[in-house]
Amino acid sequence: MNKILLIIQREYLSRVKNRTFILTTLLTPLLFALMIGGATFFSMQGHTKHKIAVVDANGFFKGNLKNTDELVFEFPEGVDTGNFVAKGYTDILLIPKFDGIKKTDYTIRSEKSLGFALQEKVKDKVNAAIEDQRLQENGITRAQLDSIHEQSKFAELRTMHQGKDGARESSEGLAAAIGYGCGILIYITMLIYGMMVMRGIMEEKTNRIAEVVISSVKPFQLMMGKIIGIGAVGITQFILWIILIFGLATAAQSFISHDTMEQVRMLQQNGGVMPGGGGAMQASEAAQKVYNVQHTLGTANWPLIIGCFIFYFVGGYLFYAALFAAIGSVVEDVQGSQSLTLPVTMPIIFSFFIMTSAIQNPDSSLAVWASIIPFSSPIVMMARIAFGVPGTVPYWQLGASMLCLVSGFLFTTWLAGKIYRTGILLYGKKTTWKEMMKWAFRKS
Amino acid sequence: MQNTILELHNLKKYYATQKAVDDISFSIEKGSIFGLLGPNGAGKTTLLRMITGIFYPDSGNIQLDGKAFDPVNDILKIGYMPEERGLYKKMKIGEQALYLAQLKGLSKSQAMEKIRFWFKRLEMESWWNKKVEDLSKGMSQKLQFVITVLHEPKLIILDEPFSGLDPVNANLIKDEIYGLAQRGSTVIFSTHRMEQVEEICDHIVLVNMGKKILDGTVSNVKQQFKENKFSVVLHELPASVNGNSFELVDQKANRLVVKIKEGFRSNDVLKHFLQQDVTIEGFNEILPSLNDIFIRQVEGTKSTARAFQNVQ
Repeated sequence: MNKILLIIQREYLSRVKNRTFILTTLLTPLLFALMIGGATFFSMQGHTKHKIAVVDANGFFKGNLKNTDELVFEFPEGVDTGNFVAKGYTDILLIPKFDGIKKTDYTIRSEKSLGFALQEKVKDKVNAAIEDQRLQENGITRAQLDSIHEQSKFAELRTMHQGKDGARESSEGLAAAIGYGCGILIYITMLIYGMMVMRGIMEEKTNRIAEVVISSVKPFQLMMGKIIGIGAVGITQFILWIILIFGLATAAQSFISHDTMEQVRMLQQNGGVMPGGGGAMQASEAAQKVYNVQHTLGTANWPLIIGCFIFYFVGGYLFYAALFAAIGSVVEDVQGSQSLTLPVTMPIIFSFFIMTSAIQNPDSSLAVWASIIPFSSPIVMMARIAFGVPGTVPYWQLGASMLCLVSGFLFTTWLAGKIYRTGILLYGKKTTWKEMMKWAFRKS
Repeated sequence: MQNTILELHNLKKYYATQKAVDDISFSIEKGSIFGLLGPNGAGKTTLLRMITGIFYPDSGNIQLDGKAFDPVNDILKIGYMPEERGLYKKMKIGEQALYLAQLKGLSKSQAMEKIRFWFKRLEMESWWNKKVEDLSKGMSQKLQFVITVLHEPKLIILDEPFSGLDPVNANLIKDEIYGLAQRGSTVIFSTHRMEQVEEICDHIVLVNMGKKILDGTVSNVKQQFKENKFSVVLHELPASVNGNSFELVDQKANRLVVKIKEGFRSNDVLKHFLQQDVTIEGFNEILPSLNDIFIRQVEGTKSTARAFQNVQ
């Protein structure tokens, strides 16, 4: 009857009307934007300059080691490992004589740790200098060398996906980003909303309202009403976020000048190059960037990704919310719930780790199986779908995964319904997993 | 015309470690106020939960209004106020009452009408936009009572309805209970406050250890357990207070409590004192209070130990 609708309505409205819901919905996208901005800002601020004294036994590095924002190479006289700090250097680079045959080690000694990224940079600079030196020794002039370096910048890797109906442009970077984003989003929401279901049921139990309501409706209706109501809150939150993000993106676009947008439109019409050829009309750098972003985003199959995201969010949520509901019905306080929630949260956390590996290698057997088993499929499959259907994920895998998830949540809901019915009216006794299983599988 | 609203036949409900309800049968007359008594853990709550359709009995059956009890539809005819009160703390009182009334099957407009009626009647109109957490214990008790009776149930089950109420509000609720019974509702009243039972109930059943140990009207039960004790108040004490028709149980100055021996009547006691020519100022039978009967019936059964006994 419509009693379950009444319960859904109450669960939904009491949460959506809540001030915390409105605030978190509005602030989360802003917080994300701030976090990304902040991270970029600090990564640009955080560098300390390394002044490196180079002691070169070969004599050809002077002038060939290029300075960067963070690394300054100098070639002072009379500096050694004993006094470089006193002379105002942070590091000393010791390069012995190379003969080009025997493997030779060079050393950098630092006052403060260089860090992994800088260490790699020093290595690149030194190796590039050696390469240049060898090329020059073999008769290539400095001018030729510079021209070669300049030309190599024109080459760029374009990745294509070979489908049955021909090649299509693909972007592994974008796919990884989408996979990661969707995976994290499902991971967070499954935990947050699952916990919300558990807390809601716990509250009804400790408030003893459960008994009052159960004298009017069936326990299963009360449980399902709560699960569906809270799920609807989650979907509302997603929709609001999507609207907000689109709004912010449109607002951001309005800051781009009209001329640039005009150029972007021309780039779109001509497949990335400006019409008219030659240098007559060069697209501005800004227009090229906007075009590139739009073009890359366009390589993803958005309707499929959004459709699957909604499916896996709903499916994964229902699967885990039922388990959280069962736990909520047998505990009376948060402390008591901890030992019982662990077996439920563990698979979610594991799926997250499997997802990070699935993004590196979406075809591995771990990724394939984890994307079919309903315990991990919502998170792992979302990470793989971004890499292409039916390319990376064949239709049979997607079908099997969806089927398993649907039967999975039907099973957990059935299981939870039986545990809930007994647990919700039981007070004062700590329930174990063994007892819960006994309630679940006994005949009614 | 059926005269009973509820009949229980051989109800049984066993848990893993205890027989919560072990073969209980009784029936309740329409429009009566029925007392279900028993010590803590006697099986009252389990019994009530079966009547409200929350639990299914392991065996036996329940007849409501002459028909087999249908847990899905019949629960709408029942109003149940559990012993542990339960309300959503953060929900506004008006919305809460509306929600729970709609769950009982009332339409929104019907529910609003009833809520207005009851809120006005119990002077709760100003509470509408308050939250339950703002109410005192007695106030939320009143609210819970209103929610229980809103949908005009035929059968109202109240588990300890007066706990936490001050005498003024307790009287208010008591009057409402009488009123509901007069208008044709049947009230099941579960408590261990015996003085309230004596005052309110027509019929009682006493359960202990999952079994029914007493069943009858209040006066019948008292008659059944009377010990033929009489109180005699004399103006002055006679030479001998002992007679062959009775034994003296207690004496406080000129107030005597006597127990009539087997085969004698109260008139024999009077005769004894009249013959001695003392002035009798008072003479009346001492009926046991329900409290005494309750304690006598329940004492020594180790009802608390029952929780650990195994069902074979």
